[in-house]
Amino acid sequence: MTHTAHFRVWRGDADGGGLQDYDVEVNDGEVVLDIIHRLQATQAADLAVRWNCKAGKCGSCSAEVNGRPRLMCMTRMSVFQPEETVTVTPLRAFPVIRDLVTDVSFNYAKARQVPAFVPPKGVAAGEYRMQQVDVERSQEFRKCIECFLCQDTCHVVRDHEENKPAFAGPRFLMRIAELDMHPLDAAADQGLTRAASAQEDHGLGYCNITKCCTEVCPEHIKITDNALIPLKERAVDRKYDPLVWLGNKIRRREG
Amino acid sequence: MATGTTPSSDRGVFTPGRAAITARHLRTDKWWLSPLVSAIALTIFVVYATWRAFANGDYYSAPYVSPLYSPCLASNCTDMNGGADWHIFGSWWGLSPALLVLVFPLGFRLTCYYYRKAYYRGFWLSPPACAVAEPHATYSGETRFPLILQNVHRYFFYLALVVAAILTYDVVLAFRDRDGNWGHAGLGTLVFVVNIALIWAYTLSCHSCRHIIGGKLRHFSAHPVRYRLWGWVGVLNGRHMLLAWSSLVSVGLADLYVYLVASGAFDDPRFF
Repeated sequence: MTHTAHFRVWRGDADGGGLQDYDVEVNDGEVVLDIIHRLQATQAADLAVRWNCKAGKCGSCSAEVNGRPRLMCMTRMSVFQPEETVTVTPLRAFPVIRDLVTDVSFNYAKARQVPAFVPPKGVAAGEYRMQQVDVERSQEFRKCIECFLCQDTCHVVRDHEENKPAFAGPRFLMRIAELDMHPLDAAADQGLTRAASAQEDHGLGYCNITKCCTEVCPEHIKITDNALIPLKERAVDRKYDPLVWLGNKIRRREG
Repeated sequence: MATGTTPSSDRGVFTPGRAAITARHLRTDKWWLSPLVSAIALTIFVVYATWRAFANGDYYSAPYVSPLYSPCLASNCTDMNGGADWHIFGSWWGLSPALLVLVFPLGFRLTCYYYRKAYYRGFWLSPPACAVAEPHATYSGETRFPLILQNVHRYFFYLALVVAAILTYDVVLAFRDRDGNWGHAGLGTLVFVVNIALIWAYTLSCHSCRHIIGGKLRHFSAHPVRYRLWGWVGVLNGRHMLLAWSSLVSVGLADLYVYLVASGAFDDPRFF
């Protein structure tokens, strides 16, 4: 079945812009990205859109569809009524470059601020051995495709540009959690307490666990329940729990 | 280039450089429904619980004691026939004895990770819903006083375990009849059993519990028992929101039941 859908697509750049109306053909089984491509092919040849895999794995085609941060390639047209207007805008937490393309370099800057995995002493690359039960929590976070929808929807930076220097965002706090839970990470041996650092250096305290990051994650990673809250609890261990503090003073704790 | 209007504000989604869109959000679904329902439900419970906590009456009808009044720690408590009426605060306390104990479950729920989400969204609109701009000019989250105190959640969890144990004792006592003879049960007993089951499920599904029981470990393989327990708590934790609401409702209903029986509105139907 084919029908004509009404689209409103944001066109413009950093100096200004607005929503433009288009009527576009929609066929069964298509996704929003297909329609954007049809727009490019038929009505707006200069429409800028970032995309790559069309399979929900590259994280390139992040945008906001009817106000909700989504991957355009994973948003089926069948979820909309045929008469419903579909509004597509660029991510609203980041500077726009042109049309649907935003400058997400904030995220790369934050990525660089997270200290990398520290190999255990005396173990060379290729010699890492760990049990599946020990590493599977971290593996959930490795599903991240870095679409930055969680960063886009997080109100800490979306609604407060001034918080960007202090707050790493859910994606990179999850990265810290991943490393802190990693059975072989030896950062503590070098004096880096990742959980405490998450709060002191990466703004974990800004997170008020309202779970929007989890809601928008296309990989269905339980960012809040499995990464951010455990990281907050680990920070409490290090900073606010006198029993754990005392235990650490008396003897070295190795979980 | 396309034309459009320029947003009046320069904060948040209207920050210069971001896509110039005048609307605070473009969501077309009923995003306001969930925070509104949460806010209304929480308000109803808070109003009801405040009334009952200050009422200082109709909280005991043998063998049932309202969960809002147990343990009863002041001398002005009703005699509870073997119940948890331990007058450790003596006679100087002249207000409702419920106020002495409600601070513990209140603190537990107030700092709960789920309820935080519910009231941050429902009352403080921070944010009201995902990708809906919040109204506040600044935001410091839980980095400063007073919200940094949310980090004490685990201590309220420990206290909640004690409260849950005492409420369990009350449920055991509910298997007596009005004169203290064992082996009896009424509709109130059933209400109490359901309530305590939900309270335990909610308490054990707590994120702090999940962390303490095993989440803090880095090597599950070295702690197989704690790993198993962590898995079980994780199953409950996945239903934390459901358990938070259902236990809140059950506490309110258990108290209401005791109130109705104690005030003579109806007699407790006895099963055996």
